[in-house]
Amino acid sequence: MAEATNNAVKPQSALGEFWYYFTRSKGAVIGLAVFVIVVLMAIFAPLIAPHLPNEQDRTLLLLPPSWMQGGNASYLLGTDPVGRDIFSRLVYGARFSLFIGVVVVSLSVVLGVVIGLVAGFAGGKTDIVIMRVMDIILAFPSLLLALVLVAILGPSLMNAMMAIALVNLPHFVRLTRASVMTEKTKDYVVGSRVAGARWPRLMFITILPNCLAPLIVQATLAFSAAILEAAALGFLGMGAQPPTPEWGTMLAEAREFISRAWWVVTFPGLAILITVLAINLMGDGLRDALDPKLKRS
Amino acid sequence: MLRFILGRLAILIPTFIGVALIAFSFIRLLPGDPVMLMSGERVMSEERHAQIMHDLGYDKPIAVQFVDYLGKIAHGDLGRSVVTKKPVLDDFKALFPATLELSICAIIVAVLLGIPAGVIAAVKRGSWLDQTLMGAALVGYSMPIFWWGLLLIIFFSGFLGWTPVSGRISLMYFFPAKTGFMLIDSLLSGQKGAFSSAVSHLILPTVVLATIPLAVIARQTRSAMLEVLGEDYVRTARSKGLSPFRVVGFHALRNALIPVVTTIGLQVGVLLAGAILTETIFSWPGIGKWMVDAVFKRDYPVVQGGLLLIAGIIMIVNLIVDITYGFINPRIRR
Repeated sequence: MAEATNNAVKPQSALGEFWYYFTRSKGAVIGLAVFVIVVLMAIFAPLIAPHLPNEQDRTLLLLPPSWMQGGNASYLLGTDPVGRDIFSRLVYGARFSLFIGVVVVSLSVVLGVVIGLVAGFAGGKTDIVIMRVMDIILAFPSLLLALVLVAILGPSLMNAMMAIALVNLPHFVRLTRASVMTEKTKDYVVGSRVAGARWPRLMFITILPNCLAPLIVQATLAFSAAILEAAALGFLGMGAQPPTPEWGTMLAEAREFISRAWWVVTFPGLAILITVLAINLMGDGLRDALDPKLKRS
Repeated sequence: MLRFILGRLAILIPTFIGVALIAFSFIRLLPGDPVMLMSGERVMSEERHAQIMHDLGYDKPIAVQFVDYLGKIAHGDLGRSVVTKKPVLDDFKALFPATLELSICAIIVAVLLGIPAGVIAAVKRGSWLDQTLMGAALVGYSMPIFWWGLLLIIFFSGFLGWTPVSGRISLMYFFPAKTGFMLIDSLLSGQKGAFSSAVSHLILPTVVLATIPLAVIARQTRSAMLEVLGEDYVRTARSKGLSPFRVVGFHALRNALIPVVTTIGLQVGVLLAGAILTETIFSWPGIGKWMVDAVFKRDYPVVQGGLLLIAGIIMIVNLIVDITYGFINPRIRR
């Protein structure tokens, strides 16, 4: 089997090999495709959306989707209680969700990796203190801690993102630390140290690249979790504030109309689900492609 | 084994003190005057301010205040709610059974459906059944449950009119809360229809709260089973001529369940976070809704006390999971 593969395919680059394994999962490819569509929607929102996100038409309140009786072709998914186009708001909302994901993941990855490297590398008391602090953060349900942090800082999208980043931090710290612990005693690290490499070089240039695989997978999961959590905070009124077209906030505004206008509630949630699902599908594909244990066949 | 348990306890105590420190700092990190915040009063005279400052112990050094706070926690004194004027712990005790009842139902549903789904998916690996089940599990895992709850309300309560929208039981029934569990109390009350009313109120919140744990358990069971099914002893059991049911059900599942048990334990945090959203949607009078209301009403003693209690529960459950894990898997005791 292995021979056949070697004959058929020329020696691959690391990226080529990764792509080969990633595309073997249909789900991962679909996830990637959907994610690319969402990203394009966010970038080209002004071109795609037929209306501005906060543009109101007071004569067209709670208009049903265009394919239903009484629908209007210019308002594809209908309008909300104050006459804004739901489709346009969803398209602009993609910007917020992706922005939340990027900011939260960057913050928690950068901080988490640095703290994790220090903990794993320094060991001893530093390690114990860092890990206890992480245990403390993990003792709270993430949404509760985020909710309380937002209560302190005041409800806004920025504060919600900071809170979610903090809540995500321990996962990255633990993961980095665990990888560093296993890598630290390997010959190549010892060799590098004997050759005179200093701490920062050992941490960031020698060890870190070899711990990346699990971190990438965790970052993908954190990305989708951040979108979900920010939407949940928005839904509770503690995230982005109206009239921001953030999907969770849109749901919160639409809640009281569920018995009269199902579309106001259905589409923002569907947008969250589809985006999160696409990212999780990619995450599963990444995990399978990066996990050497699964590359048996 | 005793050393293992003691070791875990030794880790727990500093963590708990850290959690208490966070709850303690919470009030002091809030913008504004802590005395005004804690007393819930808007306008007060200088003397009254100084009096409350003294009563709350805010005139002492911060380290002394923290030690006092720890002492109060040890005596079960978590302060009084600004809104209900009752001790936070009493409010918690009154509301916690509602959350517990909902969480227990949710975890039962999640385990009863999740483990068989994971086992079937693993045994039929690669089949359409596996793909369907795992596809559904990933959808469940990605579900914004607050939206899921609203959809279920639109369909089952609005469109079909089958289930009530909010609360724990119909207002027609009234009986003393003996256990705090509505299912048991309604049975004990002996009133006709009370039990079925309680059940109908419980169904949708249970489904919503069970969704994510169910998905996680199904995924975890599948991967644990796949690992175990490739082991030598499973092959031996098969070649002995045991029926596939015995091989899967007795030999493989038993070992595959070890990581699954840990996963189930770790769902407690997920359940309590989920309870915040589920209880808000269904107006379920539990601690999740209590905390959200407290944040909105700026009832800071409740937020502080609730934070501590909820973290305490999670830590205790995690400890129990750790110890159970030590029992079923002796290797990690070292």
